Amino acid sequence: MISTATLTVIALAASGGSAITSLVADSRPGVVRFLAFPLLAVSGIASVLVALSLLTGGAGFTFEAPLGLPWLRWQLHLDALAGFFLGIIGLVLIAVSVYGPGYLRAYRHKPYSLAVLGAATGLFVFGMQLVVLAADAFTFMITWELMSVASYLLVVYEHLESANRRAGLVYLLMAQVGAGLILLAFGVLYAFGGSFSFEVMRGVELSPLWAGIAFALALSGFGMKAGIVPLHIWLPEAHPVAPAHISALMSGVMLKVAVYGFVRFTFDLLGQPHWSWGVTLLVAGSITALYGVLYALMQHDLKRLLAYHSVENIGIIFIGLGLAALFFGLGLPKLGLLGLIAALYHTLNHAIFKSLLFLGAGIIAQRGHEHNLERMGGLVSRMPWTAAFFLVGCISISALPPFNGFASEWLTFQTALQATQLESGVLRAIVPVTAAMLALTGALAAACFVKVYGIAFLGQPRTRRLRHAHEASWGMVFAQGMLAIMCLVFGILPTTVVVALEEVTRPLTGQTLAAAAREGWLWLTPVEPAVASYSAPVIFAGVSIALCAWGVAYLALRDRRRREPVARVDAWECGFGPINSRMQYSATGFAMPLREIFQPFFHITEEQVREMSVELPTLPVRLSYHIHTEDMFWAWFYRPIERWVMNGARIVARIQTGQLRHYLAYSFFTLVLLLWLVV
Amino acid sequence: MTLAGWLLALAQLVVFVAAAPLFTSWVKRHKAMLGNRRPASLLQPYRDLRKLFAKEIILARTASPVFRLAPYVVFGTTALAASVVPFIVLGSPMSVVADAIVLVGLLALGRFFLALAAMDVGTAFGGMGASREMMVASLAEPAMLMVVFTLAMVASSTNLSTVVEHLLVGPFTLRPSLLFAFLALLLVGIAETGRIPVDNPATHLELTMIHEAMILEYTGRYLALMEWAASMKLMLYAVLVVNLFVPWGIAQQAAPVALATAGVLLAVKLALLGILLAVTETAVAKMRLFRVPTFLAVAFTIALVGMLSFVILETA
Repeated sequence: MISTATLTVIALAASGGSAITSLVADSRPGVVRFLAFPLLAVSGIASVLVALSLLTGGAGFTFEAPLGLPWLRWQLHLDALAGFFLGIIGLVLIAVSVYGPGYLRAYRHKPYSLAVLGAATGLFVFGMQLVVLAADAFTFMITWELMSVASYLLVVYEHLESANRRAGLVYLLMAQVGAGLILLAFGVLYAFGGSFSFEVMRGVELSPLWAGIAFALALSGFGMKAGIVPLHIWLPEAHPVAPAHISALMSGVMLKVAVYGFVRFTFDLLGQPHWSWGVTLLVAGSITALYGVLYALMQHDLKRLLAYHSVENIGIIFIGLGLAALFFGLGLPKLGLLGLIAALYHTLNHAIFKSLLFLGAGIIAQRGHEHNLERMGGLVSRMPWTAAFFLVGCISISALPPFNGFASEWLTFQTALQATQLESGVLRAIVPVTAAMLALTGALAAACFVKVYGIAFLGQPRTRRLRHAHEASWGMVFAQGMLAIMCLVFGILPTTVVVALEEVTRPLTGQTLAAAAREGWLWLTPVEPAVASYSAPVIFAGVSIALCAWGVAYLALRDRRRREPVARVDAWECGFGPINSRMQYSATGFAMPLREIFQPFFHITEEQVREMSVELPTLPVRLSYHIHTEDMFWAWFYRPIERWVMNGARIVARIQTGQLRHYLAYSFFTLVLLLWLVV
Repeated sequence: MTLAGWLLALAQLVVFVAAAPLFTSWVKRHKAMLGNRRPASLLQPYRDLRKLFAKEIILARTASPVFRLAPYVVFGTTALAASVVPFIVLGSPMSVVADAIVLVGLLALGRFFLALAAMDVGTAFGGMGASREMMVASLAEPAMLMVVFTLAMVASSTNLSTVVEHLLVGPFTLRPSLLFAFLALLLVGIAETGRIPVDNPATHLELTMIHEAMILEYTGRYLALMEWAASMKLMLYAVLVVNLFVPWGIAQQAAPVALATAGVLLAVKLALLGILLAVTETAVAKMRLFRVPTFLAVAFTIALVGMLSFVILETA
């Protein structure tokens, strides 16, 4: 048995090694496929093994790296929380490293450097792994920045497109502001504890005011990375423009690292949360979830749509965290624990199904050269495996039983329903309203994924390129299959997952969910068996029976089918002549009823252009219709900030005269001022 | 959780599935009578089903495996959902397997596949039906969950069997929350099962149809399964309304006499509800599609008020 420390070192060395070996990829492209991606896979497997070992009660370790400042060595510490998030990184990383070689084939003829891509990917993963291992604020910030900068390089990888450069700039800006806020949050703890080490910070007793300030800073700092509305604005810009496997890592894993940072800071370092933080998180989470799904419904770009769904799911995770903080703050730690477990469970689930969906979107982009939903269609017969796995992803993200998205949302609902135990009438009312928002979010997500799947995979192909698209390479299919199976496994074994998650939460809260697994692995009974129970395996068996019925009917009627084959005819066209692919419902058309209902939430610009015939001015020859939904917060929040910054800069710019003697004078007066201060 | 319990649950499910077309036909019969038309026999739906199962299947050229799989998934999930609802006797092992939230999830899973199947052939009708169905569902589902939450809070359990038992055993109190939940569930049920004024099950007019637009391309046994699933869903909501809000008479033990009384009482209650549904459907005109959101918003608000009145007024 290899110790967790060795495995962790292997994971880190492999991801670092992947970054270094990729540097020669431009002269030897084989390196990427035969060395860089296999190393990432090794790193992923090692990470998952570390997680498995810790989640089954294995011991962690503390390590002091000979790096950093003379009086402050880098401290790494592996506990169950870090191990769990390391496991999330590992799971997605394995899939990505199997998927990557096939996907990068499309880049062979593009003018971009493979070395940069490989090195940045390796560094990005290396940074994320170190963030979750960091045991002092200094290491945390440095590795956090490593992660941010490496991911920036990946976002602007296809830098010849101006939109990508713009997205990268927005991302980098927000990442830096967020990092500044996180630094300030750590600063509060440093000021009272006098040390960067998490061990010391954990023991710091803060006054309620300072604790609140630290919490607010952490929420906005980590929220900026995670994509809490209104700080989500970079997310739908940056995630779609990166290569697909990077989008999977960013949406699936990097956002989770932000969640890790927040959980570590709020539930571990700050100690007992105040109930008002819970309310803040609940409100922020519900708004984020609903806002994300509404905007996802309006998108036509598949990857952008998925990015908005990441915003939605981060909202759901924060609702769980909010319930946890609320119940902890009001002295109901058993329920708080339940909320925390629900949030962590959803974090895991979202990492899996979102990576799956992004990988699928990458295949459509690579094989069909299309990222606009309005031009897709009929892919189910062209790429059957991808279609099947993508369907699993759609069902999971729509929170439908028996897949994994449902299990974690079910737990969140169960936690929210325990609000009757609260003393305050106002809080008793707020929590169920949050649950209502969550219910609305889930239902809208299902509508959105009917749209995605129905438009992209079903029906008829809307362009010629899609008609000739074919299935991806086996590695890419295998990666998706792996994630799809995980969606199912984590969906039908919720009790096992919850028991494993208890290992993560016990050190944080000192509580156990005694009731959760009392009835065995078949039954999930989060509060008490009489209050609520869910047996995912039985539901799965029930659904399987329906599928088996189909199989039996299919086999039993084989003879009859041979005698009289199922007649294939054209669909009924109402007597107007053949139906073509343009007559199908479009993605915009599909979402139109919901767009009408939720109109106040959108900034919609519609444009109809009608070109008339030259000969006959009343005869239209061409019609075009464009619709664009802009994120409301650009106009409400970011443009005003941009205006203030620009105005401020203009005022400051007055001292920038451009004449040398003025600058010499500035230097002189500064020196005098400093001398005076020193003396 | 014994073998006998499972067998009883299976028997209940068989009765439920078998009786579902009868309920639809009962409603149809009274609608016909109220409209001064001569009703078809009560057994007509069974004849239709037999005919459809025997007929050959014709598929559109563009139909994919999703189209062929969907009827089984829709039928299967609806049957699974039906087995969760307390029917004649309480304490079925299925009610422990899946609580009310899972029930809503199962119905949503069926609907997901129904909408996908509608979009599969690539006709405009299918897309239209799917779009409208998902619009209605995405507003009705939260309202439904609100009703479930209210009941769950009243009984402190999301297990439907426990909820019914709680209402049955406890002293009778007229709770405003339950009244609101009842009203909301009626409205949600009308929307979810595609009845007037939200959708008209008897029409094939493109401007108004929702459910019919989705199953337009189906033939033979696929159509039979879809139709059967639709009537099961109607029955499911009817049983839910009856057993959650007028539970008196439901058998608490699996004794023969209790079962027989419960069966008869349930049949009477369902018959009355069916007549009520026929009367409202005759008296009310179908709504314009874009009035439906308002209708569902009312349902949601009523459900929310119900829940708030519970958490504020009824718990202390």
